[in-house]
Amino acid sequence: MTDEREIRQTLASALVEYAKKDDRIVVLDADLMSCHATKCFKEAFPNRFFNVGIAEANMIGMAAGMSAMGKIPFTYSFAPFATRRCFDQIFISVAYAGLNVKMVGSEPGVAAEANGGTHMPFEDMAIMRSIPKMVCFEPTDATMMEKALDEIVNYPSAVYIRMFRKKAAKIYDETLDFKLGKAIELRDGKDVTLIASGIMVERALQAADLLKEEGVSAKVVNIHTWKPIDKDAIVEAAKKTGAIVTCENHNVFGGLGSAVSEVVVENCPVPLKMVGVRDEFGQVGKNAYLSEVYGLTTNDIVKAAKEAISRK
Amino acid sequence: MESSKLEFLTAKARQLRDDAIEMIGRFGVGHIGGVMSVMDALTVIYYDKAKVDPKNPNWQTRDRVIMSKGHAGPAMYVVLGDLGFYPREWEKTLNQNGTHLPSHCDRLKTPGIDMTAGSLGQGLSVAVGMAEVARLDGNPATIYCIIGDGESQEGQIWEASMYAGSHGLDNLIVMLDYNKMQLDGKVADICDIASPVEKWKSFGFDVQDIDGNNIAEIADAIDKAKATKGKAHMIVLNTVKGKGASFAEAASNCHSMSISEELWRKETGRTE
Repeated sequence: MTDEREIRQTLASALVEYAKKDDRIVVLDADLMSCHATKCFKEAFPNRFFNVGIAEANMIGMAAGMSAMGKIPFTYSFAPFATRRCFDQIFISVAYAGLNVKMVGSEPGVAAEANGGTHMPFEDMAIMRSIPKMVCFEPTDATMMEKALDEIVNYPSAVYIRMFRKKAAKIYDETLDFKLGKAIELRDGKDVTLIASGIMVERALQAADLLKEEGVSAKVVNIHTWKPIDKDAIVEAAKKTGAIVTCENHNVFGGLGSAVSEVVVENCPVPLKMVGVRDEFGQVGKNAYLSEVYGLTTNDIVKAAKEAISRK
Repeated sequence: MESSKLEFLTAKARQLRDDAIEMIGRFGVGHIGGVMSVMDALTVIYYDKAKVDPKNPNWQTRDRVIMSKGHAGPAMYVVLGDLGFYPREWEKTLNQNGTHLPSHCDRLKTPGIDMTAGSLGQGLSVAVGMAEVARLDGNPATIYCIIGDGESQEGQIWEASMYAGSHGLDNLIVMLDYNKMQLDGKVADICDIASPVEKWKSFGFDVQDIDGNNIAEIADAIDKAKATKGKAHMIVLNTVKGKGASFAEAASNCHSMSISEELWRKETGRTE
């Protein structure tokens, strides 16, 4: 079921509410205010909103300076420009300098659709994950984004938020008990564990339904925080089901598949298959088409699950 | 400037230069050229103009000093050590294992260092962010940022300058250490930043063009900058790379040099 709320509007509205009680919150955008629904923040707090123009490196540096003065800045850009365009600024001026900037990168992976290969990051989480102490978070739906805000604000170091902008599949309701770094079990199972993030969570749940029809019991876990990753949840899933499939709208190199594998091979080796992009650039196309091209569909997850189980 | 103050600052700059020659000399190699060229500016900032408190380095309304050309770390360290920001015994530990004084400025390691720098071009953006927050909060802090001429080949310097100029950040005083040399040779030969005065004027800055190794001129320029409202400030410091270290001034390029114990002792006259 598609959510009634866009994730971008949910975050922007939540930031306005948060900023009313916390004057440390400031927002910076790089000429994409209209794409991120941050205009409501600008209208509520004109002096605490900074549109820096098309200059992401300067935006990150300014945010670092604002953090050094005691603010908690949220920066916005499309995911490729929020990360690889200003990687050294994030690495040195933010992370190495011990400063606390919350960076939103929007339209991850195939969600970039008509903007195509220049705007379609399959590597943003991989490069951010390579920065020491960087928290890498991909909200699943609007409810999770809203619930995560308090934790993100109060987390003592920098956080990268890989944000699907529009209406995602609604996975969670108000009972969601959210904690950064804590995986969420969506369905229990005994034959295989599907570990998914972002838009792939809905597909993993659909895959679990299809597998059930074939008599396969699939556990589904949402790992929304790729770093620090929930090692305990992964080890528990590996021990219980003996096979794992990772599902990500991202290159498997350095992404969720890599992050989960790092835990699995060191702690509890079991057969593991990765559903994700394999060393490819992006291109123009609709989400559904691109998901076929890059092997990100529900059927790809079903096939991977059967392969993983067969290798037990 | 009163003659007694000028005498004090001139003697202080000489002492700090000797401290830096010794500090780098004890390690054996370092960025002596750019450390010497900015020493007069740092002396005026820290001993005449800036509001800082060694006992309270995180004082919220203090002035900030961002050494964006982070390889001039030792210039900052001799000042901060002299002012008492850190224990004197640290002074002989430049670049030693586990030191609090790494060659490039690190805000997490050295009290009094307001920003980490070393990957060139980044400090000015940080200073711009600080200036925006100071303005937002009604914080009277002045934000000083020292950039290099070679550093100004980095595009980020111009992103930050465009923002600062177009937003009239008059609590920001940028100083360009225009010593005309970079690691591989003359700035003019490698990629010329020619006419910095005109460049920053065209970016909307209030610009002054001074002798950056003249203490009275530097002090006067900071006063004039503070008195000029509505514009970000650029003070082009026309400096000599290696200024005040005879062996460095005599070298064809003194960006980074090996300095023997014999050499630093001879230059400073120090025997201890």
